[in-house]
Amino acid sequence: MAAADTDRRRIRGGVGEAVPHDSAHLHVAGEATYTDDIIEPRGLLHLAVGMSSKAHARVRRLDLDAVRASPGVVDVMTAADIPGENNCGPVVHDDPILAPGLVEYAGQALFAVAARTYEQARRAARLAVVEYEELEAVLDPLTALAKGSFVLPSETLARGDSRAAIDAAPRRLAGRTRVGGQDHFYLEGQVAMAVPREGGDLYVHSSTQHPGEVQLLVARAIGREAKDVVVECRRMGGGFGGKESQPALIACIAALMAQRSGLPCKLRLDRDDDMLMTGKRHDFVIDYEVGFDDTGRIEGIEFMFAARCGMSADLSGAINDRTMFHCDNAYYLPNVTIVSHRCKTNTVSNTAFRGFGGPQGMYAIEYVIDEIARTLGRDPLDVRRRNFYGTGERDVTPYLQKLEDNVLDEIVDELATTADYAARREEIRLYNASSPVLKRGIALTPVKFGISFTATHLNQAGALVNVYTDGTVHLNHGGTEMGQGLFTKVAQVVAEELSIDLDRIKITASDTSKVPNASATAASAGSDLNGKAAQAAARKIRKRLVRFAARHFGVARDDVRFERNRLRVNGQLIPWEELVRLAWFNRVALSATGYYRTPRINYDRKTFSGRPFFYFAYGAAVSEVIVDTLTGEHRLLRVDILHDCGASLNPAIDLGQVEGGFVQGAGWLTSEELCWSERGELTTHAPSTYKIPTSSDLAPDFRVRMLESGRNREKTIYRSKAVGEPPLMLALSVFHAIRDALSDGRGRPALHAPATPEAVLLAATGGGHD
Amino acid sequence: MAAVDTTAEGAGTVRFVLDGEIVELHDVDPNRTLLQWLRDDLRRTGTKEGCAEGDCGACTVVVGELDRDDSTIRLRAVNSCIRFLATLDGKELITVESLRDADGSLHPVQQALVENHGSQCGFCTPGFVMSLLALFKNADRPGRIEIDDALAGNLCRCTGYRPIVAAATRMYQLADPADADWLRRPGRPGEAPPADRLERLRSIAREQATCVGSGDHRLYAPRDAGELATLLAAHPSALLLAGGTDAALQVTKQLREFETIIYTGNVAELLCIENGPDGIEIGAAVTLADAVPVIVGHYPELEELFLRFASPPIRNAATLGGNVANASPIGDSMPALLVLDCELSLQGAAGTRVLPLAEFYLGYRKTALQPGEFLRSIRIPARSAGDLVKSYKVSKRFDQDISAVCGAFRLRFSGDRVTEARVAYGGMAATPARALDCESALAGAVFDEAAVEQAMQALARDYEPISDMRASAAYRMRIAANLLRRLYLEYSGNAAVGVYAHGRG
Repeated sequence: MAAADTDRRRIRGGVGEAVPHDSAHLHVAGEATYTDDIIEPRGLLHLAVGMSSKAHARVRRLDLDAVRASPGVVDVMTAADIPGENNCGPVVHDDPILAPGLVEYAGQALFAVAARTYEQARRAARLAVVEYEELEAVLDPLTALAKGSFVLPSETLARGDSRAAIDAAPRRLAGRTRVGGQDHFYLEGQVAMAVPREGGDLYVHSSTQHPGEVQLLVARAIGREAKDVVVECRRMGGGFGGKESQPALIACIAALMAQRSGLPCKLRLDRDDDMLMTGKRHDFVIDYEVGFDDTGRIEGIEFMFAARCGMSADLSGAINDRTMFHCDNAYYLPNVTIVSHRCKTNTVSNTAFRGFGGPQGMYAIEYVIDEIARTLGRDPLDVRRRNFYGTGERDVTPYLQKLEDNVLDEIVDELATTADYAARREEIRLYNASSPVLKRGIALTPVKFGISFTATHLNQAGALVNVYTDGTVHLNHGGTEMGQGLFTKVAQVVAEELSIDLDRIKITASDTSKVPNASATAASAGSDLNGKAAQAAARKIRKRLVRFAARHFGVARDDVRFERNRLRVNGQLIPWEELVRLAWFNRVALSATGYYRTPRINYDRKTFSGRPFFYFAYGAAVSEVIVDTLTGEHRLLRVDILHDCGASLNPAIDLGQVEGGFVQGAGWLTSEELCWSERGELTTHAPSTYKIPTSSDLAPDFRVRMLESGRNREKTIYRSKAVGEPPLMLALSVFHAIRDALSDGRGRPALHAPATPEAVLLAATGGGHD
Repeated sequence: MAAVDTTAEGAGTVRFVLDGEIVELHDVDPNRTLLQWLRDDLRRTGTKEGCAEGDCGACTVVVGELDRDDSTIRLRAVNSCIRFLATLDGKELITVESLRDADGSLHPVQQALVENHGSQCGFCTPGFVMSLLALFKNADRPGRIEIDDALAGNLCRCTGYRPIVAAATRMYQLADPADADWLRRPGRPGEAPPADRLERLRSIAREQATCVGSGDHRLYAPRDAGELATLLAAHPSALLLAGGTDAALQVTKQLREFETIIYTGNVAELLCIENGPDGIEIGAAVTLADAVPVIVGHYPELEELFLRFASPPIRNAATLGGNVANASPIGDSMPALLVLDCELSLQGAAGTRVLPLAEFYLGYRKTALQPGEFLRSIRIPARSAGDLVKSYKVSKRFDQDISAVCGAFRLRFSGDRVTEARVAYGGMAATPARALDCESALAGAVFDEAAVEQAMQALARDYEPISDMRASAAYRMRIAANLLRRLYLEYSGNAAVGVYAHGRG
């Protein structure tokens, strides 16, 4: 879209323009305000949490005398002190805010302490004397499976006759793989500040992707109602799903203490406490059995997924559903049985993380495809293509949604050409033949990711647009800003709709009192939902202004046209601010709400069938690595990505999502490893032991492009596509490039994720088999 | 025993320069970090806490100090979360808030980040700005490896780094080399800073020891080794603080409050580097940033090791002496120092003694230092022509990670026969330790496939490593042996080895 400043009819910062993030200037100047940066109200108390040191135990005695006596301490609170419901679980009410005598993971909150300073509170929290009666702890998904320990019932999705198809197939494979979890490592840790208001009301600043849920859970915990609590969030320092349900615990503790003390209370978790106390991406054990023909085409497949859900349900139901919905990835599975176990373990309750179970499902099928290819001695890309969903045939997913927007072949063909896949594969073969220690590998993997919340009712959004008499605009919607640029994109939509420059629009904090009942900013649906809601609000105002202008100037509505920052009425030009002032003077309402619900989706969870997704996002990546077979160390050498963002609302922001998602996914599959002690204590709870990618892990040759023909077939906001989650899974190409290097044209390396140097060396030397 | 005079005027305060003004603080608790002071007291909240252990870089600030020549100012990125406020005495502090021009315009570093879409959530961004500022002032149009190194101490979870790396190039294009503001002019090595800037720093320089504190807590900053010895004798249980990159974690993570801290960072003798034909003598308080170029001058083979040693903000604060004296089994300098037959100079009330590094470690975090004794300097012998010297590090992540295993090797040859072998590892035992059986297997042998096999097998007699979150015992054993093989392959030229720098020249 043309957006040059020289085009005087075109607004600045409209849809499709690569404007910087709305807060970029504040970010670089250190002036962007995060929750912990808000000027502290007078009398503020700082909180700290006392955590369980046992994975599963009854608390025999909780002696808090030393905590109370510690310098600066004002108050101490346990489960018994909670006036309302002791729960911060978002779906199932099985997540106590403070453990009521039974602890179910090491790191679980037992009590909270309020003190004058942050250091005093943290110091006091360590002084509790706790006597435990230890109970048997279930510490991994397979033990949970054997014991029948689940947070939710197991689910099965079956289409066709997988057993018969596997038995009848010319070739068969069965095996087990594992994929690790992942800590979000948002740079800003969990934090909330609760400020008492009159009549027992509370105003809560929470770093949350879901203010509405924090509002409800806080209200229930303090024994009040939603109307008594307002939750606000201007921005988060990263979310990635880790601030979808987890902030409720933090905000509830702050709110409860604020209610007790009548003073403002802030709880900010130290990094170690954050990593010990809050949920992560689920790790999985995956069993598979597959029947295929001599070309690698799958005839029947069975998956068993055992996910570590941790001690409570949290969002594990929907997460594991999404695993089931994505273990086809880009491939048609004619006969399939998917069994999903939601294992209850005495570890922290796992939660949403970019991709929301989808990445693990896609990991599973990509692993199987790679195994098939290596069994047959074929190029894995050939086997992938052999199994791609078709158009007009072989186009129905296991959950019976027909693919209507398949661009897999287009993307993969273009990428294979631009990345020079075939020639490089040959060149790598030659290199490896003469390199005994260093081995290179290459892989192309596709992504197909379903867009919409699978819980249909969550696919709705609201927005509020206020126009002031000086022509400036206040924009609010139910989405939250965690760095993904949602606020910028939605503001661009409003600028476009009102034909005004972007800088006339003030983007404001998510606030439960402005837009109620908003869904979490999640499922990549932020701009789809909130963009449409804001568009609806802006269009109401625009329509009112047109109607007013036609009446006021005595012309037909068709003779009223919006141009950049002004209205053209017949030959007359009226500046926007003059139009607004006139409208106000003539008593035209200049505030409007907008509402949107995603059309065309319906889905029956009982039968796992219907149309859970409005559309799909597609992409593909080629990664090339080099592996040191003496140590297992590896380097990413080159990455080529082609991703479909539809008609992008903001190409710069979308590019950032693609690149950032890819690198985050590469971290998940390589260097990021969660480790627990034999007693169930997480031992990787700080950046000193948990290693997310650094700058030098970025491939020196990194080529990212958007699909130029991209345009959503569905009537999404300006035909754009969701981009938050899908790129993460492009990183499966990194994992498979490492497998390719280890295989070196022969055999099936037993490499599972994460491919740490240790795991790679084990696989390189024939280990790693279960 | 003579007392150390800390009664000079102002010796009970902490003085430093911030935005052209001299800040003078009284009653500073030595346990207070610079980050806590910035955020809580000064309410400069641009600097963030991401981990409080110096691993994420959200807290990065730039500290300026007079260089040894007293006429230039060195600007270095440091982690404010693990920097004790009191150690800022005599320095200049630059935070992210210092950079905007009076008219509100952004610094070229900031502008480059905006233009390249280098921030998403923005929380890590101020830290990146400060690391980039240090790069901007210290390097002229750096290449990718230099940029990656400058950013190694800063984690970003959103962008994937590509736009930040791009900004590190773009910032030079946006800068005006003739800008009136010294901070906005890109780095030209040796360029004199403005006179007023120099003068301010000189005006707060100390001649005498200081003692700052609050309540029962004291931090002493002696000026010479004699004062240090006297103070240590008077306070035998005091924390001896150098760069503080490990010690500060006892405050931020274990929530300890030290009553008495003795800071070595102003002790003249401990800040000396003597670089002569026989070798290098590095004072115990010399930062890694200062020590590394000198060491690498003698031993270029160690460049990669030191590039992967923590991150610039850590190396700018941490000292070689601290790494040695801290006695961590996974300190990365020690295997190399062990194979180079380094010696330590230890000073106490009774005088100074010299001890081979190999005899320094007695057990897990236990050294030969007597009460009242401190590490004065480290002596690294000059290289002997023809010595094969290598050090390899293996960790989950290449940059800013703690070693699973770090191995170092030095072989001396007569023809193709090894006449002297030194092999040492970190991460394989309770202390960094030489592999004596392995050394015996190599000594006297022709360095060939068979000798390497023997040496690899001998490692099983030298070490019984443990399993932890960084690596299993089996993996440690295996890569310790394989690093010997890498040494041989690199020596023999039979195969390409190592992937660290691959494709990144």
